[in-house]
Amino acid sequence: MKNLARYCVLVLLLAGTHVSADTAEQYREQRAQLMREIADDVRDTSAYLDKDTLDPRVMQAMARVPREAFVPGAERRYAYENRPLPIGHGQTISQPYIVAIMTDLLRLRPDDRVLEIGTGSGYQAAILGELVKRVYSIEIIPALAKRARTVLDELGYKQVSTRVGDGYYGWEEQAPFDAIMVTAAADHVPPPLLKQLKPGGRMLIPVGSRFMTQQLVLVEKGADGSITTRLLLPVRFVPLTGER
Amino acid sequence: MADRPPVMTIALLSGAALGYEILLIRLFSIIQWHHFAYMIISLALLGYGASGTFLAVTQQRFLRHYPRTLLLNLALFALSTLPCFLLAQRIHFNPEEMLWKWQEALRLAMIYLLLSLPFFFAANSIALTLARYRSTITRVYAADLIGAGAGSLAVLLLLYLLPPLQALSALSAAAIACLIFAAVELRLQRQLWIAAGALLLIAAAVWFGMNARLVLSPYKALSQALRVDGAHIVNQRYSPLALVEVVENAIIPPRYAPGMSLNSPAGPPQQLGLYADGNSLGAITRDSGKPETLQFLDQLTSALPYHLQQQDPVLVVGAGGGMDVLQAVYEHARQVDAVELNPQVTNLLGHDYADFTGGLYQRPGVRLHTAEARGFISSRETKYGLIQLSLQDSAGAASAGLYALSENYLYTTEALTEYLQHLRPGGYLAITQWIKLPPRDTLKLFVTAIDALRASGVDQPGTRLMLIRGWQTSTLLVRKGAFTAGEIRAMQLFCRARAFDVAWYPGIGATDVNHYNRLREPYFYLGARALLGPDRQVFLDDYKFNLQPATDDQPYFHNFFKWSTLREILHLRDRGGLPLLETGYPVIVATLVQATVLSLVLILLPLAATKRAERDDSGAVTRLRVVAYFAGIGLAFLFLEIALIQKFMRFLHHPVFTAAVILASFLLFAGLGSFRSRRYSTLGNQRAGVLRAISGIVLTGVAYLLLLDHLFSWLSAWPAVARMLVSSLLIAPLAFFMGAPFPLALSSLGKQAADMMPLAWGVNGCASVLSAVLATLLAIHFGFVTVVVLALMLYSLSALAFPVKSA
Repeated sequence: MKNLARYCVLVLLLAGTHVSADTAEQYREQRAQLMREIADDVRDTSAYLDKDTLDPRVMQAMARVPREAFVPGAERRYAYENRPLPIGHGQTISQPYIVAIMTDLLRLRPDDRVLEIGTGSGYQAAILGELVKRVYSIEIIPALAKRARTVLDELGYKQVSTRVGDGYYGWEEQAPFDAIMVTAAADHVPPPLLKQLKPGGRMLIPVGSRFMTQQLVLVEKGADGSITTRLLLPVRFVPLTGER
Repeated sequence: MADRPPVMTIALLSGAALGYEILLIRLFSIIQWHHFAYMIISLALLGYGASGTFLAVTQQRFLRHYPRTLLLNLALFALSTLPCFLLAQRIHFNPEEMLWKWQEALRLAMIYLLLSLPFFFAANSIALTLARYRSTITRVYAADLIGAGAGSLAVLLLLYLLPPLQALSALSAAAIACLIFAAVELRLQRQLWIAAGALLLIAAAVWFGMNARLVLSPYKALSQALRVDGAHIVNQRYSPLALVEVVENAIIPPRYAPGMSLNSPAGPPQQLGLYADGNSLGAITRDSGKPETLQFLDQLTSALPYHLQQQDPVLVVGAGGGMDVLQAVYEHARQVDAVELNPQVTNLLGHDYADFTGGLYQRPGVRLHTAEARGFISSRETKYGLIQLSLQDSAGAASAGLYALSENYLYTTEALTEYLQHLRPGGYLAITQWIKLPPRDTLKLFVTAIDALRASGVDQPGTRLMLIRGWQTSTLLVRKGAFTAGEIRAMQLFCRARAFDVAWYPGIGATDVNHYNRLREPYFYLGARALLGPDRQVFLDDYKFNLQPATDDQPYFHNFFKWSTLREILHLRDRGGLPLLETGYPVIVATLVQATVLSLVLILLPLAATKRAERDDSGAVTRLRVVAYFAGIGLAFLFLEIALIQKFMRFLHHPVFTAAVILASFLLFAGLGSFRSRRYSTLGNQRAGVLRAISGIVLTGVAYLLLLDHLFSWLSAWPAVARMLVSSLLIAPLAFFMGAPFPLALSSLGKQAADMMPLAWGVNGCASVLSAVLATLLAIHFGFVTVVVLALMLYSLSALAFPVKSA
């Protein structure tokens, strides 16, 4: 009887290992498929983005980061659907296509220091962490910050520093930054953040609701400190249909 | 058992059922968004249709035990009102995920089902009573209508006295009281026991209601604000208009400075978040007496007019949290009239936060008025130097296209014409909006301003328009008179200092645009140029969004939807294209489709049930006639009601009071009409009664179409109470006639084909549901006048389809 019990436990354990290996393999395949979809979508929207493909480094980063790890259990089976998913606390993990475009627009270099306002699930921070030396991310909701930190630690993203707090004033001690990603809702650009952006730096602000990114605002700081923005649609859509 | 129908019970029940409907709309507007509230309630009302189906099968059995069945249905109605809502709000439905996740549709269906239940039981009670008292149907129906009319007024009062959820618990208590009325009116045995049981249930409902809480969608602005450490609600006010809440956060304060210039050295000072029904209304800004803390007000696009010339007096429309008023004061305006519709908001600003705002409304020259803007302006002789309308919709709601279905009389061609008439020479109308890409609101407003200027006799509107934009907001200036070179120079300096772009001013060139907030193409400038040029119509036709100006007859400014674009947007679904979908309009179409399908099911089922019992031998009673007649009058009744509420809005101005006065008048006078029509019923000459009533409806309706506008402009200066009284009297004759066609036909059916009564009841219920949705859709496309004309035609056709020959 005792042996039978041992046997059963062994079988269950093996089955468990088998299942998780299978699942990991499935996730890898789904991730690869998603990457292909994003590449196709980018090609479709090339005229609007002024490029046929995204920076290969961005695509590689997207292909490495396991989105399923940042998604709550109930939503995990949708992790590789190209859409935003709820992560609790009224927040979402963004649509992968939008994450790819936003990251690409920051034109990051390996030595860059990046500030993120709104850690959320931590997924965007992980993608940034794949691309640059240091990422600093601030989250306003403590529970989310804690969960994101745990996942980032589990996946070994030591280059990503996080903290709970008010993103309005940025991260003064670590400023200036080469790039800033503001994923929290904003009706104006906080002046302290502009000050913490290096000349030549870029800041990206998605505008819209939690599930729908209406437009992207790319703030560029010139070498002389002058500020301009570019207002972009994340999609190829020209408002006029007729010939002009 | 008494032979007199339990009219008091029916009146109270109808009042409670209508009150429940109004309360659900309020409650769902708070926990969700108002267009989904509309969708949910429309579908829930199909409980009335379902009741027809149910009774078609069970009527005879139930009628044998009428008192017991009535009590049971009354009890089920009363006991389901509060729990059904509490359960429905626990279902995590997220409209934004609907197009990605089919499971959301299931959740929506569960909400429909839950909320249909109370209406189903209420409808059963009324239909059974109508069937039981066939010879006195007109009295029962009169009680039904008068009760509903009184209920609509009572619930309005209730919403002033109690927060919405507690109002629902009070309503449940009233519904339970129906049981006591029924026991007394039907002279039942064990009345005392019923009364004692009912009182216990009332106590339970009140206790439940006092301890229940509203569960807001986690994606609403208020929910988001409250998630932040340190945030708490410090003030709450309620009224039928909105649930107004103030949020304070000492740790991470709210900051509201929409579209503030990127060159601004500092952000706003301490602020309190202001919310209406969980949506952001902006913020209340602290004025500590140090002007340097308010510098941000000069860094908004809306500050432009103050840099062109001295503006006194200034009119701020939709004062809300007072930011525009504070801006006017900061920019040295000496005389400011601030208009705010919601008395709760004016009360908060004028009293509770008077110190916080540095006594904003106590300053010399600053006056706060609680009024509807159009009504306020039309009643004033003052000529203003500046009329300022700034961000009247919250950012989230505006971007999601949520306002497509709500009538908005602030941005119609007639409204802009009226604003221009109230400007002194050289004065400005300034309207600030959220920027959307591709441009929608901004360009629609631009073309509306062009039309308003043309309507005011201006040949070259381009000389009087100025449009600037930042990355988040745009401001349109319309000048009374052409802009001067000095003003244009001042505007250019203003924009350069703040990194704002110009999109239109007289003499603008292609090189002047798209410098600071760059678009792939200068869409705003190109749009403005095309709209002022000879190819305006081609541009409007080719543009992928609907930019046709709104009018008072079709007041849907925020409806930008075009069918021709739908396919392209759906094709771009996974590529970030969904936000381009203006959801309001598709939601109403989806509601209509669902309601039609469900109605057909609900109508076809009773048809099958009545097949064997069909009375072709009576000569005229056929199912087709019953369906045609009761569908016709069901559609027409609500068409007229909804269209006239809109029409009277221009006369009474205030949306809630207009709806209450017109709705209550309709129901009360229709009730009297029904009561009065009983003589035709007694004489067995229902058909003649219906023909007279419908002739009356058509004649009165035509007279309204011809005379109402003249009458309104003649009486517009009368005080509000007098105008309400006049409105009620104007509705009286029409409503009086409209009260007859339903009960007379039903009573005649009762005599010759009683088994068809449930069918008639069900068809009429379904038609009423479809009517409410259809009226909005028709008004969006053709205007309210068309809706009235259609209603009159439907009544005329119904007269031809009267289902029973005269005895």
